[in-house]
Amino acid sequence: MSMITGFFKKPFVRKYANYFVVLLAMLVFGVLSMTGNLKMGTQFLLEQIAIAMLLAVSLGMVVGFLGELSLGHAGFMCVGAFLGGKVSAVLTEAMGATQSSIPILLLSLLAGGAVAAVFGVIIGLPALRLRGDYLAIVTLAFGEIVRNVIMNLPESWFGKTLGLETPRFDRKYLFVIALFAFLACLIVTQNLIHSKHGRAIIAIKDNEIAARAMGVDITKYKLFVFTVSSFFAGVAGVLSSYTQSRLQTTTFDYNYSIEILVMVVLGGMGSINGSALAAALITFINHKLQTVLTGNLAVLQNVIYSLILILIVIYRNAPGLKNFREKYNFATLGAALKRRFAKKKEVPDDEQ
Amino acid sequence: MINFLTALINGLSSGGTYAIIAIGYTMVYGIAKMLNFAHGDIIMVGGYAMFSTLMLMGHPIPALAVAVVFCVILGVCVERFAYRPLRGASPLAVLITAIGVSMLLQSVAQVVFGTAPKMPTQLQIAGAVNIGKLAINKSTILTLSVTVVLMVVLTLFVKRSKIGRAMVAVSEDRGAAQLMGINTNAIIAITFGIGSALAAVAAYLMLMKAPSLTNTLGAMPGIKAFTAAVIGGIGSIPGAMLGGILLGIIECLALSVPVLAPFTEAIEFAVLIVILLVKPAGLLGKARREKV
Repeated sequence: MSMITGFFKKPFVRKYANYFVVLLAMLVFGVLSMTGNLKMGTQFLLEQIAIAMLLAVSLGMVVGFLGELSLGHAGFMCVGAFLGGKVSAVLTEAMGATQSSIPILLLSLLAGGAVAAVFGVIIGLPALRLRGDYLAIVTLAFGEIVRNVIMNLPESWFGKTLGLETPRFDRKYLFVIALFAFLACLIVTQNLIHSKHGRAIIAIKDNEIAARAMGVDITKYKLFVFTVSSFFAGVAGVLSSYTQSRLQTTTFDYNYSIEILVMVVLGGMGSINGSALAAALITFINHKLQTVLTGNLAVLQNVIYSLILILIVIYRNAPGLKNFREKYNFATLGAALKRRFAKKKEVPDDEQ
Repeated sequence: MINFLTALINGLSSGGTYAIIAIGYTMVYGIAKMLNFAHGDIIMVGGYAMFSTLMLMGHPIPALAVAVVFCVILGVCVERFAYRPLRGASPLAVLITAIGVSMLLQSVAQVVFGTAPKMPTQLQIAGAVNIGKLAINKSTILTLSVTVVLMVVLTLFVKRSKIGRAMVAVSEDRGAAQLMGINTNAIIAITFGIGSALAAVAAYLMLMKAPSLTNTLGAMPGIKAFTAAVIGGIGSIPGAMLGGILLGIIECLALSVPVLAPFTEAIEFAVLIVILLVKPAGLLGKARREKV
């Protein structure tokens, strides 16, 4: 036992614990799925969770580390989804297959990500001139422009209002690929933030003028962060195109961007694992609400969700609730539980 | 030429509606320094309030009155219970709460009224007035006159009345205003009330043209009016008027050209981006130099 806890306390393991968790999830659920022990619903849920985590961590780069508010993440996702979906549709047809194969899938992910990254540079340019709410509205406008243009291009391109028909990929393994993409995003983000460049980016967030005075190249870093972030948004978009039979632009409206932003904010700004965890939890809770509240109760899902959202934000941020927050939070709750159980048996080791 | 003139007049009219909504955004932003994402949904609530009143008594005037009162109460309550506890917290937290309120209003409306669109046809004003070859809808004329009257009244209120000048003071410097004996909480609540009342009027103007009411009635006009407020320079009331009317004219001109019509929304938002790139604080906004 002490060997195991000792292993988890090593600095190396602590630093990369999130990688291990994702790898473990990939391995466990992958094997379960291969042996046919995973329900279809769980596979779909895992896909959704992986996509949400990918989106939240990539948006967290812009909002949490660069300190710019972006309301257009779904726009990048939309570009990636339609371009990647088109690439995989054309290639699959050229191969004469009905299902997409792994090389085609990877190629479409890269293509979707690359095109989204190009748009990331384009949107990064106004970010050099605008700040705060003004940039937020520009990114929101970008998302709506993308949606509007893609929907009205000729039907042979992206299917207009009918939507783009995208090829399938084996749903048994799609979530493994999605988790793999998330892992890649996690590794890139974490290494970036812990590097010299990451510290420069955080310096821009804290004080742009001071950062510039210290010789940080603001232009370069802002464009860089927008590019990387939108690349992964594009990848997430392509992944989501494989989960839908017909890709509709209406999916990617600004409400979607806002959903992603909520995950980042609830997870804690500037926390990679926090964003990922919040994304997974919110997706899971929404899924549960959807399955638990059936029939007439289904309409209550959004009411409950929005009430929880408002209450959590007020609880965590209200200046007037500071004392309340210090008295009742996870730490004090954990301590109280520990005291209670310590009387009965020995306290189990914390395996964090 | 006639087509162009018709498009221009229609643009003025829908621009007026945008301006009325945009004023709500801009006043709240100027005074509370927050993006009130739920403003568009107040319009929707106003629409449902009007619809419900029409079910009881079939005349539009009491319906409008009920909607205005209901929206004012709702706006003040939202401010009191959702935004005021967060005063002094990070702007992002307030933004997320506003988003939460917007979702709450939309979903509650869906629970109460269902997803099928309601048709309050009593509100509709059909028919047109002919001036030479030019046919102007009656609803357009009414919208234009309501907009002009409201703008004059509002400008006078802000410039001349004690409360209006207190609003300007709070938006310039909240701390100093408080030291001068202004009850800032009350002023902020009044601002939300005025914005919500304008939203109810906007709901009437929208339903008058097209009587179809769903729980997302306010979402897109809300976003566009917000765009208008930013074009004009957010925080500035004349800016919101200018931005709204500009946006309406661009919209109707784009709609009148068949090739451009499907891309109307893209054009509107592209204009916003271009204007912000040229003038980062909007057309009438004051640019603030950042100091170290």
